[in-house]
Amino acid sequence: MSVIGARLPRKEDPRLLRGRGRFGDDISVPGQLWARIVRSPSAHGQVRGLDVTEAASAPGITKIITAKDLPPGLVIPVRLAVGSADLSPYLQPVLAADTVRYVGEPLAVVVGDDPYACEDAAELVVIDIAELPAVIDAVSADAGEHTAAELTLGFGDTDAAFAGARHVVSIELAIGRHTGVPLEPRCLLAVPGPENSDLSELDIFGMTKVPVFNRDLLAGMLGLDEALIHVHAIDAGGGFGIRGEFYPEDFLIPWLAIRLGRPVKWAEDRAEHLMAANHSRQQHHRIAAAFDDGGRITGLRDDIVHDNGAYCRTHGVAVPELTVAMLPGPYRIPAYRGRVRVVLTNKTPCGTYRAPGRFEGTSAREHLLDVAATQLGIDPIELRERNLLTKDDMPHDRHITTLGTDLVLDTGDYPALLAAAVKEADRLGYRTEAHLVSPGGISPGGAAGPKPRGFGLAMFVEKSGLGPQETADVTVSKSGTVHVFSGGTSVGQGIETVLAQIAADALGVDPLVVRVVAGDTAAQPFGAGSWASRSTVVGGTAVHQAATAVRERAVQLAARMLEAAEEDLEVRDGSIGVRGDPNARVTLAAVARAAGPAGGYLADGEPAGLSARCRFEVARMTYPYGVHAAVVEVDVGTGRVRVLRYLVAYEVGRAINPMLVEGQLIGGVAQGIGGALFEEFSYDDAGQPQAITFIEYRMPTAAEIPPVDVLLTQDAPSPGNPLGVMGAGEGGVNAVGAAVANAVRDALGLAGGIGQLPLTPARVRALADRREGAA
Amino acid sequence: MRDMHAIRLRVNGRDHDLVVEARRTLADMLRHDLGYTGTHLGCEHGICGACTVILNDAPVRACLVFGVQADGAEVRTVEGLAHGEQLSDLQQSFSDHHALQCGFCTPGFLMLAEAYFADSDTAALTEARARELVAANLCRCTGYQGIVEAVLATARARGDAKGSSS
Repeated sequence: MSVIGARLPRKEDPRLLRGRGRFGDDISVPGQLWARIVRSPSAHGQVRGLDVTEAASAPGITKIITAKDLPPGLVIPVRLAVGSADLSPYLQPVLAADTVRYVGEPLAVVVGDDPYACEDAAELVVIDIAELPAVIDAVSADAGEHTAAELTLGFGDTDAAFAGARHVVSIELAIGRHTGVPLEPRCLLAVPGPENSDLSELDIFGMTKVPVFNRDLLAGMLGLDEALIHVHAIDAGGGFGIRGEFYPEDFLIPWLAIRLGRPVKWAEDRAEHLMAANHSRQQHHRIAAAFDDGGRITGLRDDIVHDNGAYCRTHGVAVPELTVAMLPGPYRIPAYRGRVRVVLTNKTPCGTYRAPGRFEGTSAREHLLDVAATQLGIDPIELRERNLLTKDDMPHDRHITTLGTDLVLDTGDYPALLAAAVKEADRLGYRTEAHLVSPGGISPGGAAGPKPRGFGLAMFVEKSGLGPQETADVTVSKSGTVHVFSGGTSVGQGIETVLAQIAADALGVDPLVVRVVAGDTAAQPFGAGSWASRSTVVGGTAVHQAATAVRERAVQLAARMLEAAEEDLEVRDGSIGVRGDPNARVTLAAVARAAGPAGGYLADGEPAGLSARCRFEVARMTYPYGVHAAVVEVDVGTGRVRVLRYLVAYEVGRAINPMLVEGQLIGGVAQGIGGALFEEFSYDDAGQPQAITFIEYRMPTAAEIPPVDVLLTQDAPSPGNPLGVMGAGEGGVNAVGAAVANAVRDALGLAGGIGQLPLTPARVRALADRREGAA
Repeated sequence: MRDMHAIRLRVNGRDHDLVVEARRTLADMLRHDLGYTGTHLGCEHGICGACTVILNDAPVRACLVFGVQADGAEVRTVEGLAHGEQLSDLQQSFSDHHALQCGFCTPGFLMLAEAYFADSDTAALTEARARELVAANLCRCTGYQGIVEAVLATARARGDAKGSSS
């Protein structure tokens, strides 16, 4: 049996279970200093003065810097440039100089030999800010003054479609501001090299996600050669899009380390994280669909206000672009226009969070379809069936580009997955349970009672495998150990296990002899990182190709060693032998030794070593898809929503390790339930953040997350890569907002939409009251 | 003037003497003074539970306990769970049930469960009670399903072992 598709235990587990993982703050070096960032207490204002005199004389303080100490004009550039808008006026400075624009914006850095002393001294910095009015609500903000960019994507004649429509259905839906919140706060350790070292001038621990990009950016900002900066691969306590982007601290800490000639470590606290690391998701949708007599969509349009916070950070306007690009989902839509206005407010700047733009867009589209189903008198599942693209439509070119690639839905049988999901939900009793009389009251479909239940379903298309490339090196050492050096990074997803399985499969070895280093810039200087559900698809294929090249080279050398023809050789169980002759066999270790400089089997001019480097390039993404279904119970009295059952049906092309794919999907659902019901960064009128601890920012616990049912299908292998794989990182979270919103709407028997996520108790009570008032 | 105290404690069976500032948390002392970096800090305000250790048989949030409060105490951390190269049954169960992804919260869940097991009738642990126990801590990756299953499976195995030996 192939190791591809096997539910192997993870290579990462033993070290993490023993407490021997190596996370950012686990690493300390002799002579290390600690840094503390002084942050703006005001949402908007003119900085009149920063007096660091008293702080600088506090015990144990080495240095305090403000914007005046930095090279002038330093801003964080956009990593993911899309569209044509010039975002340069909206980029974030490394330290604020004259103006602060959100609470938490870095103003100064205190460096000292003890983190407690640094925190004390940071509080002694006297900050004099003349407050200015804060813009909090993007929808009501002055469009001319606060709009950073506008994007429109679409196809067909949308105006004509709506003008000639038999039915038009529209809703408004606001998506709440929330984000990834990995459990490990951000941490960075920068270690300057010994003077005149030719090896490295700067060692960095704590850059994840896109270490090569960040290294190159940092090199440019510091005026250093990029090869003299070594970003080390370490464990990361969760990524989710937010960790590992280039933040102001990613310049400040290395710059201070070089300037002071000492290692400098910064480990943020949770309050800092919640007001300084990227927020996400906050959008307001006005979405409408036009239908013909048969309930078929003839046009779709969405006008979106995207609240991007105070600056455009590394993602630029990628999230709003993805929102409108992916909004048509799995449906046949003759005419579509998605417009998004990117508004700047005096709140924490935004970036990507797992399924960026899709959680938002899927919520709007799928909630609209449920409202339309009610208004058209068609069952919501039936309405979707009538409008899905079919197998015969594939590949389907949307004539839209996103992230610089043509959006072509590459493969799939959407109606088949919808049917399978409904069948599975029914087999598990979802709809029966949803419309049963619950202990405290009665339901079905919105009848009165203290605890009505509801069923909700949503369908979506994901994207994965973003290029343009990934590079992998595979080397066999003399012991027979296979070393994989990947440009992906480990953020908890199990990349070491998955890449080991891919390499082991290609090389015919046990995955236990494969070691994977992911995201070390010295070991793999051409990596593109782990994000956008790309690592198994693009990184995995690069490993597959490099391991296959090593296998071919090993066969070539084994043929010389065994004095046999290459075509008579077979590769299995870590050795190469002549088919049918058990005595004519050499191990991969022996081949690796034979490939050494003195191994005796190299031809003239051949390089030593049994290794290969391969680059996998891909022009387009590959598009997995899925269906979510939820059963909820709504306590009308308290407004509490409980998710009782949850199903994810997901097409992944081919699962390298189904256990890990299921883990991604289930974990994604939990995050989605957070965004649908609990998690929200709210602000007061002055722009003061109201959620800066885990008391106010309510992440779900095991008490709020039901067991999740997963129906994993592998019926539509991706045509875009030799393994047939699609990404799995974001399919669990994509449609949770939609499925939960639809289930709550069903439970309450609402005629219109729910209006706003997350469905906090206060909002649910208001919906219930409105329903009762109408009845 | 820093308020320093000489203390002695035992961590995973090993004695340590050290001088700590009065305000230094047990978590920082374990991690940065004694090198037990398996105890992780996720929030430093007692909600997430990643820093859970066992202090004199009780689970505590090491971010909410001062180091000096551990003077004379016995502390168990995640580093003390495995038997040499052999993972403990609970650790193995976490791997078997895919109860961890990034692994940052994992030490806290392991110590929480061990403290519970030491104090309870493991054979009687129900899924509802296991879920309630696991709800004490936060995990951002797994959706908790594997954690609940791993805790439950270990409790049952230990309960069976206890039952058959008595």
